[in-house]
Formats: sequence, C-alpha cells, structure tokens
Amino acid sequence: MTTLTKTFNDSVVIAQRNLIKIKRVPEILVFVLISPIMFVLLFAFVFGGAIDAGPGLNYREFLIGGIFAQTVVFGATFTGAGIAEDMQKGIIDRFRSLPMSSSAVLWGRTVSDVVYNVLSLIIMALTGLLVGWRMREGVVDALAAFALLLLFAFAISWVMAWVGLMVPSVEVINNASFIVIMPLTFVSNAFVPLESFPTGLRTFVEWNPVSALTQAVRELFGNTSAMVPTPDVWSMQHPVLYTLIWVALILVVFVPLSVRQYRLASSR
Amino acid sequence: MTDMIRAEGLVKHYGETRALDGLDLTVAEGTVLGLLGPNGAGKTTAVRILTTLLLADSGTATVAGVDVAKDPQEVRRRIGLSGQYAAVDEHLTGFENLEMVGRLYGLGRKIAKERATELLERFDLTEAAHRPSKTYSGGMRRRLDLAGALVASPAVLVLDEPTTGLDPRSRLQMWDVIRDLVAQGTTLLLTTQYLEEADQLADEIVVIDHGRAIARGTADELKLQVGGERIHLTVADEADGDKARELVADAVGTDVSVTGREVVASVNAGAQSLMAVLRALDAAGVRLLDIGLRRPTLDDVFLTLTGHAAEQTTENDAVEVAR
Ligand SMILES: Nc1ncnc2c1ncn2[C@@H]1O[C@H](COP(=O)(O)OP(=O)(O)O)[C@@H](O)[C@H]1O
Ligand SMILES: [Mg+2]
Repeated sequence: MTTLTKTFNDSVVIAQRNLIKIKRVPEILVFVLISPIMFVLLFAFVFGGAIDAGPGLNYREFLIGGIFAQTVVFGATFTGAGIAEDMQKGIIDRFRSLPMSSSAVLWGRTVSDVVYNVLSLIIMALTGLLVGWRMREGVVDALAAFALLLLFAFAISWVMAWVGLMVPSVEVINNASFIVIMPLTFVSNAFVPLESFPTGLRTFVEWNPVSALTQAVRELFGNTSAMVPTPDVWSMQHPVLYTLIWVALILVVFVPLSVRQYRLASSR
Repeated sequence: MTDMIRAEGLVKHYGETRALDGLDLTVAEGTVLGLLGPNGAGKTTAVRILTTLLLADSGTATVAGVDVAKDPQEVRRRIGLSGQYAAVDEHLTGFENLEMVGRLYGLGRKIAKERATELLERFDLTEAAHRPSKTYSGGMRRRLDLAGALVASPAVLVLDEPTTGLDPRSRLQMWDVIRDLVAQGTTLLLTTQYLEEADQLADEIVVIDHGRAIARGTADELKLQVGGERIHLTVADEADGDKARELVADAVGTDVSVTGREVVASVNAGAQSLMAVLRALDAAGVRLLDIGLRRPTLDDVFLTLTGHAAEQTTENDAVEVAR
C-alpha cells in the first residue's frame, strides 16, 4: 500500500470513529445546530431594523451570507476541542502504537467535522428560508457557494487542529479560538456593510478572508444589489479566487505544522 | 535463542526527574520478562520507549531486531501494547474498538470484523460486544485493551501493569489469559508492582528502582535472596511465646524470631509447613489469635535489596480506580 492510500484509508477509519460519537452522544449536535439558528433569528429580528444593508437590499437577505461564513469559522473550534480531547484520552496511545499513518488522526478529525458543517449549513439555510432569505442565482451557483463555505471551514479546521495540539487542555480551546475568531468574523462585512467601517479598519476588513468569503457567497446566492457597487479592491472584485487562495495558503502552512506538532506533542 | 527485546543504557529525564537512569534489558524469544518495581520506578517510561511512544535521551533499544528510534513504524508492526491505562475509545463498542484497530493495522474491513469477533469471544466479551465500552467494568476494559494489542497477532507483547486496580477475580482471569498467550510462544514484557504476579508469570525478573535495575534473576533466585515464604503467628498469651518458638522451630526446622506475641518463621514447604506448625501447637495446647502464611512481597524484596521499603504501592491502585 502506498503512503497516500494508507493515509486515506486510516483517515476514513478515524473519521468514522468520530462520527460514531455523534450517534452515541447526540446532545453534541444540539449545540452545533442551535447556535446558527439563534444567530439567524437574533440578527434578523433584533438588529435587523437597526442596520442598513444599502439601497435595494433587504438586511435579512444580506445577513444570511455573513452568518453562513461566521458559523463555519466558529465551527472550527469544534475541531480544536476534538483534537485536544483526543490527545488527553488513553486512546491516543493505542493510535500511536499502531503502524498507522501519523496524520490520519488529524485528517480524520477535519474530515468528520465537515459533516458537522454540512448539517449546520442545512439547518441555517432552512432557517434563512423561513425568515425570507432566497437563493437567486440557480442551483449551480448555490452549490458552489456551499462548497466554498465547506472548503474554507475545512481550512480553518486545520488552524484550530494546530491550536488544539498546542493547548494543555480542552477548556483553553474555547478562549484561544475566541481570540482568533472573534476579530476575524466581526471585523468583516459579515454583519454590516463594508462601507460602514472607519478608514483605518476598512483596509483590514477589505482583505479579511472572511469578508471575501461572505462577498463570494452573497454573489453566488444573488444577495447583492445592483445599486450597491462592489468595493474597488482586488479581494472584493475576485472574492471566490481570493478565498480559494486563502484556503490553499492555510492548508499549505497548517497541515504540515499540525502533523509535526502531533508527532511532537505525543512523544514528549 | 535470539533476543526479541534488547535495551542498553536507556536514560530519560523529565525536567529534574531521572525517570530512567541507564536501564539494560533483554528478553529472549518466547520468554516472559517481569519488570518489577514500585510506583515511580520508571516501568512505564521504559515501556513507552520500547513501544515507540517516547524517545530516550540516550541509550538504544531494538524490538524484534528493529531499532525503536530509527524505524518506529516497523516496530509498531511487530508489537502489541496494553498500557497502564486502557487505551480504548469509550464511545465505541468493544466490537467497534477492535474493528477500528484491525483496520488501522491494514487488515481490511472483512478480516478486521472477523478478528474482532474472534477476540471478543476469546476474552469473554461477546455479550458486551455491542455496548459502548464506557459501560464496561475495569476488568472488561483491560481485557478489551489487551484484545486490541493482539489484533495483529504480534510476536512481541508489552503489558504495563495489566492487573493493577483489578479485583482478585479479574486478576486471576487476566493471569489465565496471559498464560495462554505465553503458551502460544509470544514474547512478553510485563511490568508489575506485585512480586507474586511476576512469580506466577515471568521466566525472569528485573527489579527496578529509581530508573535502574537493582536485581535480576528467576523468581526463585530472588526469593532465595529475600528468604522465601514466612509463617506469621500471634499467640493469645504472651507467656506462650518461647514455647511457641521451640515448637515452631521443631516443626519447620528453620530460624524463628519472637517479638512480644508475634512469632515469625521462614519456611520452605509453604502450606505443608503451616499444617505441621498448627498440629504441633494444637497438640501442646498453645492458643493462637492469628496465623498465616505470607509470601514475600515487593516490600520484602525492596527491604532486602535496598534497605528501604517500596513506597506508594497502594496509591497507584487508588489512582487507577479514580480514573
Ligand atoms: N510526563 C511526565 N512528566 C514528568 N515526570 C514524569 C512523567 N512521566 C513520568 N514521570 C516521572 O518519572 C518517574 C518514573 O515514572 P514512571 O515511568 O511512570 O514509573 P512507574 O511506571 O514505574 O510507576 C516518576 O518519578 C514520575 O513522576
Ligand atoms: Mg507506570
């Protein structure tokens, strides 16, 4: 068996093992699925009236793309917690004493977390449809939007997997991820239009990958208005490409970094 | 006979702690080595180095002829490990745990399932096979973990305190399982805090303390050093002490010591000697509060070899239960 097929097979086994846990502890799912619903309802009904998305745009329509982006980014915390927990449990010694691929624990985790993200995207989309959000660009574009969200989520999962390997305990994960994820999602165009940020912050917002992801998703769902011109920045003019570049960049850096850290962390 | 495990001069530090301080070990093919030592002696550290979970600061080790530091993946193909704490996934059933391990060994789905069924049967876990392993008792979990170590029928098996924290019945069960494995020719390295366990299972014993070997030999050789079994008895009337000493000395033919009401005698014939002593005392009308046969414990070995008692031997059990 080549190294690649071995890594693939072992990752599938680990991913299946992670998914069995959902079956045994379904309560986990409740939290994963309720928070996006809450976000949709909170922003749609509480802040909805106060925020102006721009002429020709309904705030709820504008909002859903941002919530999608925010939720998948937050979801990565789950990956970090899962890895940190694995590293503390006795089972990691079993894995490490087996002739298995040493990156399979990480691949398996990041892949099984894609399943969580698929579920939460479905739930959010349904909630969105209920509050008036629509996909206006057809099936292909809509699927492309979901695919982009999942890809980005997968990449961020690897960042959090690395964090999960660095922290001493599961409890630290939530705080650690908060520090990274909060600014990324809130200092972006996910909840308010880019134009409303002051000039200093605005450059950050424009080049923030979460902004690009949000912009890309809005365009693919047809949730933009012809009356609101797209900001004249490369990242906003080519949001899909810019997002994909980030995905590639994150994976190129954090996959090897995490695999190395896994080997180190477990042989101390 | 080739050595299946060979370690030379293993040293490992944890900060200021010298967990291993130049440990040498060899285990010949098809034999059982008992690594005997109190809590904190360095047993787990040695096991982790030999099973590629940990890198030594210095020294070398080969398992089944393969260097653990240079080619860990190859070593992993040849060993089975059951660590001090059961390495099972608590959310998975016993069956799922073993199937997963089989597939990670590269056995393929079908063979992994067959192997899982077979091992569950062999370890008396068939009934619990489809229950999440977190519902298992400590003894069941240990057996499941051991089954996990055996999935690929490894030539070398390493068991770290396989019976610590188990109740006496589970311990005996575990001993039977281990004897079966050894009978089939598996080379075994076993760590334990119990002299009796090493005596029951091991061909050769290495006693370690503070990360070094302080004695090695067969169980009999060690016991000779320590003085074998002893009869401890307490007389009801302190005035009977000297009388009891004479009677016991006559019955067993060895040195007898008396402190207050306590009489202690080393014996060679175990239960036979105990019966002889009882008959003699009974015939002479000496009343007893207590009498028993004591096998030498790790504490006795330690006291003899190092002049200090093995510390914390019970604390470990408490930890095991708490987890
Ligand atoms: N991860 C660790 N960090 C710091 N000290 C450790 C660690 N593991 C073991 N030790 C120390 O190394 C010594 C040997 O431990 P260990 O090999 O676990 O002994 P045993 O298995 O015989 O009880 C002990 O003093 C223990 O406290
Ligand atoms: Mg130990």
